[in-house]
Amino acid sequence: MRLPEGGEIDRTKPLTFTLDGVEYSGFEGDTLASAMIANGVLQVAPSLYRHRPRGIFSAGIEEPNALVQVGPEPSLQATTVRLTDGLVARTLSGVGRLTPDSGQRRYDKRYTHTDVLVIGAGPAGRMAATTAAAGGARVMLVGLSYPSGNVRFRGSPQGIPPADGAAELRVLSGARAFGYYDSNYVLVAHQQTLWHVRARRVILATGAHEQPIVFENNDRPGIMLAGAVRKYITNYAVLPGRKAVVFTTNDSAYATVAALVQSGAEVTVVDSRPNPPDLAPQGVEVISGLITNTDGPERLTAVSTQDRRIECDLLAVSGGWQPAVHLFSQSRGTLRWNGQAFVPDTPAQANHVVGAANGTFDTRAALIEATEAGVEAAAAVGYPVPPPPLPAVREREITPASPVWLVPGDPRNQFVDLQRDATVADIRRAVGAGMRSPEHVKRYTTIGTGTDQGRTSNVPALGVIAAELGVTPGDLGTTTFRAPSVPVSFALMAGRDRGKLHDPIRTTPIHSWHVAHGAEFENVGHWKRPWFYPKPGEDMETAVLRECRAARTGVAMQDASTLGKIEVVGADAGEFLNRMYTNGFKKLPVGSARYGMMCKADGMVFDDGVTMRLADDRYYVTTTTGGAANVLDWFEEWSQTEWPELDVRFTSVTEQWSTIAVVGPQSRAVIGLVAPDLDVSNEAFPFMTFRETTLVNGIPARIARISFSGELAYEVNVSGWYGLAAWNAIHDEGKPYDITPYGTETMHVLRAEKGFPIVGQDTDGTVTPHDLGMSWIVSRQKDFVGKRSLRRPDTARPDRKHLVGLLPVDPAELLPEGAQMVASDAPLTPPVPMEGHVTSSYRSAVLERTFALALIKNGRHRIGETLLAPLGDRVIAATVTEPVFYDKEGARRDG
Amino acid sequence: MSLRRSPLAGYPGITEIPFLTMVNVRVRPTGDAAARISERLGGPLPVVPNSVVDAGSRHILMLGPDEWLVVGPDGDTGLPDLLREPSASVVDVSANRTTIEVRSRDLLEHGCTLDLHPRAFHAGRCAQTMIARTQVILWQTSDEPVYRLLVRGSFATYLADWLSDATGSTSSTG
Amino acid sequence: MLLISCPWCGEREETEFHYGGQAFVAYPADPESLSDEEWAQYVFFRDNPKGAFAERWVHSAGCRRWFNTVRDTVTNEFQS
Repeated sequence: MRLPEGGEIDRTKPLTFTLDGVEYSGFEGDTLASAMIANGVLQVAPSLYRHRPRGIFSAGIEEPNALVQVGPEPSLQATTVRLTDGLVARTLSGVGRLTPDSGQRRYDKRYTHTDVLVIGAGPAGRMAATTAAAGGARVMLVGLSYPSGNVRFRGSPQGIPPADGAAELRVLSGARAFGYYDSNYVLVAHQQTLWHVRARRVILATGAHEQPIVFENNDRPGIMLAGAVRKYITNYAVLPGRKAVVFTTNDSAYATVAALVQSGAEVTVVDSRPNPPDLAPQGVEVISGLITNTDGPERLTAVSTQDRRIECDLLAVSGGWQPAVHLFSQSRGTLRWNGQAFVPDTPAQANHVVGAANGTFDTRAALIEATEAGVEAAAAVGYPVPPPPLPAVREREITPASPVWLVPGDPRNQFVDLQRDATVADIRRAVGAGMRSPEHVKRYTTIGTGTDQGRTSNVPALGVIAAELGVTPGDLGTTTFRAPSVPVSFALMAGRDRGKLHDPIRTTPIHSWHVAHGAEFENVGHWKRPWFYPKPGEDMETAVLRECRAARTGVAMQDASTLGKIEVVGADAGEFLNRMYTNGFKKLPVGSARYGMMCKADGMVFDDGVTMRLADDRYYVTTTTGGAANVLDWFEEWSQTEWPELDVRFTSVTEQWSTIAVVGPQSRAVIGLVAPDLDVSNEAFPFMTFRETTLVNGIPARIARISFSGELAYEVNVSGWYGLAAWNAIHDEGKPYDITPYGTETMHVLRAEKGFPIVGQDTDGTVTPHDLGMSWIVSRQKDFVGKRSLRRPDTARPDRKHLVGLLPVDPAELLPEGAQMVASDAPLTPPVPMEGHVTSSYRSAVLERTFALALIKNGRHRIGETLLAPLGDRVIAATVTEPVFYDKEGARRDG
Repeated sequence: MSLRRSPLAGYPGITEIPFLTMVNVRVRPTGDAAARISERLGGPLPVVPNSVVDAGSRHILMLGPDEWLVVGPDGDTGLPDLLREPSASVVDVSANRTTIEVRSRDLLEHGCTLDLHPRAFHAGRCAQTMIARTQVILWQTSDEPVYRLLVRGSFATYLADWLSDATGSTSSTG
Repeated sequence: MLLISCPWCGEREETEFHYGGQAFVAYPADPESLSDEEWAQYVFFRDNPKGAFAERWVHSAGCRRWFNTVRDTVTNEFQS
């Protein structure tokens, strides 16, 4: 019921909304919950497991019952949803359903830095922020609500003025801080934006949560926290019930009593203390005692004390206040039990806890704490301020509280966690089964695991466990507080990192040509590389066979710009590369190129590629496409941390150069046309050399004779600015030879036919150069990183897995990559001894059959043996061979 | 038609400053080689990390204790040879990155973890950092503010896509 | 998320760095002279203390410089 006056709602702005299909009205400034109460709707969806009727229980983020789905967003608390015009909500029993595509809502993230972050915009938070900002420090105040006028509160008629004057004060209203990480890194959810806040100082003014009392049938609609009842009356001018009982263990509920009386409600007080204080208005009956049970068809109609039954439609409960220590605890601050509640003890980061969050419930004391924290923080960040005057606050005398953890009754209907529907009976079962740690009881009963993070159940649960074990809650300690402390949607965490922005896509300067010519793409690291170029009507297999045939019999071209490229410069560049690569580079002549392989210190192959020597003190290193960044990091690591005395420096030039491979018996003719100034004869331009020249269209180029296919082949390197122009020139000049663009699949087939391994495909970090059959590349003269490991007993084992070829007995059968190979006489019932696995497998145009590479135990000594690949529905038999399938003599390299 | 093509040629709504000359210089900061390079540039190699020194039409960005990026205008083709020194690593990286100009701090704060508040970052500062999921050299050229993002060519379209998308959301989240 | 102080670039987010493990594990001067056991110690074995730990980081997304620091593995606080 809406009261005729009062509240902070704007009665000139009526709003309509729909709940469970029924239209209602509310006002600007309402929450969904306050508007529901204004319309007499207190009851929400039944509970998750027991299907018991439930009602709005709180007025904030501690709400366990009133969960709603608003549009695409499930599991929102009606008590924190701001009412908007046309809002459509549905009540939920415990769980909601994620809408798969909430594409119409945009989520985002922001990074910000602040000198002082104040969390909580109540009186203490506002006081702390106002104080801290006065000297010019950058201050950010994050709170659920931030009224634009003076913040008024009990006992302070003029309140705290808004702090809008300070130039560097930023206020996020309607925001929730939910995660507190190392070095004062705090995550804040604010509407559709996730703020990542890095603060030099944090002031936590997160307040406290009122705790319920556990008694029989304590879960009916109409039973609410006392502070919530007061908040509904004073902030929203709604009265949740006309005939109220207030059940309390402490003084704070008497403010609710006053508010109820003032709103015209009839009130009876039940106070757990033997001598309740004289705080109730004239005419209100105060009983010393306990509520033992409640009654009602669904909504509450009566409550019972030990000796009385009182008719009522509202029961306001206050079991004391637990400081909201979630964020402080996440920051690794420790907690201490003060006999009533867990309060912050020792901070672990540069933060301060003030006010109710610190267990300081007296307003004046809280404001003093907040002021001191603000002054301290301002000084610490270099913008000192004098202590400001305190607002006038009436002092009060407090009668000590008398906590009640459990009122005797039927434990099956004494609810400890309303959201999880967990009862005292569940706790007794856990304790009876021998559990003592709250962590164990929590997991067994699920108490505190709901979306409300146990704000109204953790402390009562500890109280009940303690009572069962005959100890105090302080002896038990709390369970661990973890982020997020309020529900946060996955969509918010993802922000705009979705779709094409989810992960970067890297493209080469020639990418547009590939797209225009119908390439299918493959992801290699972040790169999009052409996989194959199907012609109309071609499937992948046909296209790849055609591309392979062109490279073996005519001429083909590939965009190899994705290769990692590093310039290694300095007088000791050769010495440095000698220490990195298994083979030698120091004596490589200027103008020549050499293939090299690198190992990690454990002797396992790490990367490979061709290096050219541009000058005495300058090398041009290429790496695998996926390994570029790792190799540069590797070089820097050794250079900086082990051999700073070597004169050598590294610069990544991956995008500086575009690289185009031109491959096949006709490649010499094409290169001759593309680079007219170049003598392309084998004598003038031999294998593994390079030449600087100018292309037919005037572009400067560096052309190398490098082959990854065994064919006569060239690599044309030009500035990235000219990558597309060079590609077009080669394509044009190659037209008379029917030059064929090819993709990564064809490249893989061609190299596999020659038995060239691909690091990362045929190796997996457990493979040495010897395992690959490449002992020829391992220098005996010099040391290199990993060399000593190759002598380790395990690395030198003769029966390690070797890279070998596999030829399926049926030449049409294609072994799947990754298939495990077993001996032909192995029993096919587990455990089946594995002999190794297929690393690469293709159809070969030139071999007119399928073939594969595999890592097989002792494989080099098993040539000719037949192994089996059991694939569930079938078994493929294959013969172990040498890994080189084509042109074993290397006759094709020079054309 | 020019044979040169910048990574963001034709990309709508993005201010690309293409074809700037960029030379990576790595040299011991205190030696003769560094002194000779400074002399030829007409401006000292800055020694405050993440700062920028202007030398006529060129700018010298300090990237690390022994590393600088010298940025000249389009067509400054003599720059690499000008800087070459026997005991320095001088590498032409003009085509390695392209340059995007951005005039909003707010926009960058959607994807950059650096503190860009004028008290912490201002004209004459540069930083190697991440924007969204790509590495950039961020360089503030004016306090208006104007920023330059030097991004690898292969990541340029991703960054342009990200900036375009973020521009759409800054208008609503302020 | 850690805030890590790069000696050159100042404080930056952890995401800009790569971890380099224990500091002061030098590459042996003459690996060939080491026993298998000694070499294995160098390659595979590292300390894992609770408390102060001298370790290496590299500012990979920034200046790419390696540096040593001491971090408390309990509190995550950098002490140098």
